[in-house]
Amino acid sequence: MTTFEKVRDITVEQLSVDADEVKMESTFIDDLGADSLDIVELIMAFEEEFNVEIPDEIAEKIRTVKDAVDLLDKEK
Amino acid sequence: MQIEGKVAFVTGASRGIGRAIAIALAKAGADVVLNYAGNTEAAEKVATEIRNVGRKALLLQGDVADATIAGAMIESIINEFGRLDILVNNAGITRDGLLMRMKEEDWDAVLNTNLKGVFNCTKAAVKYMMKQKSGKIVNISSVVGLTGNAGQANYAAAKAGCIGFTKSIAKEVASRGINVNAVAPGLIATDMTQVLPEKVIAEMTAGIPLKREGLPQDVANAVLFLVSEHADYITGQTINVDGGMVM
Repeated sequence: MTTFEKVRDITVEQLSVDADEVKMESTFIDDLGADSLDIVELIMAFEEEFNVEIPDEIAEKIRTVKDAVDLLDKEK
Repeated sequence: MQIEGKVAFVTGASRGIGRAIAIALAKAGADVVLNYAGNTEAAEKVATEIRNVGRKALLLQGDVADATIAGAMIESIINEFGRLDILVNNAGITRDGLLMRMKEEDWDAVLNTNLKGVFNCTKAAVKYMMKQKSGKIVNISSVVGLTGNAGQANYAAAKAGCIGFTKSIAKEVASRGINVNAVAPGLIATDMTQVLPEKVIAEMTAGIPLKREGLPQDVANAVLFLVSEHADYITGQTINVDGGMVM
């Protein structure tokens, strides 16, 4: 699975959205309806799936799916 | 009040108020995980009582003040039962003394168990409750946290902190169907209050409108209410179980 696919699957599970709603340019909050707790849960799920630690100051900058994918690609 | 099939975790459950809560939850239909600090024999007796009413009991010895241990306990509950519906943060200790004579370690020990322990267990449990989109958390505070008490600066600070923590987490997780409340017992007949001189107990009782010491069961009744569906619309509250001592 590509990083995007993994991020998409986690997003679908956490936010209960359809897979085709999750695009690279989608913003978690405005487009996918996440609230601040969802973001925390998403970050924790990414950390678990990719076995990385995302510091708060970097996590705060994640707005779009692409932001998450780029970050996780870099961390790999 | 039925909580049939729910999984509950009660800290400090080997005696006193924790024991009464654990047994009350089991009688109402919950499987109960019992945390205790050191008294295995007492904890096993509670487990036996729970099994006697036909519910599962799991014993977890460990210090709630240690975040790693608290996290591991919650994980073993999830491994064993697959879920966690009810968390009762009850574990508490006292190290009484006037401020001028209170040692730093007495302050730390009480804050670590009574307040940090609540943080540790709640943090670990909330992760799973958020996924379930349901959960009930009850923190056992004390009326001393509301009124203060000479000789209990550490205990009162921890118990007041527990109420602030309760309200904050209630706000944080309300959108996930998780209710967080506190119960503030007054003078309850347990090992913790048995160390008080008879004269002190008599004086305290005289100041209680209901004119008696409370029983652990009185506190357990309030907890049972708060973890049941009867309290679905109640969150961030502190219920005093104190015979009217504090109003």
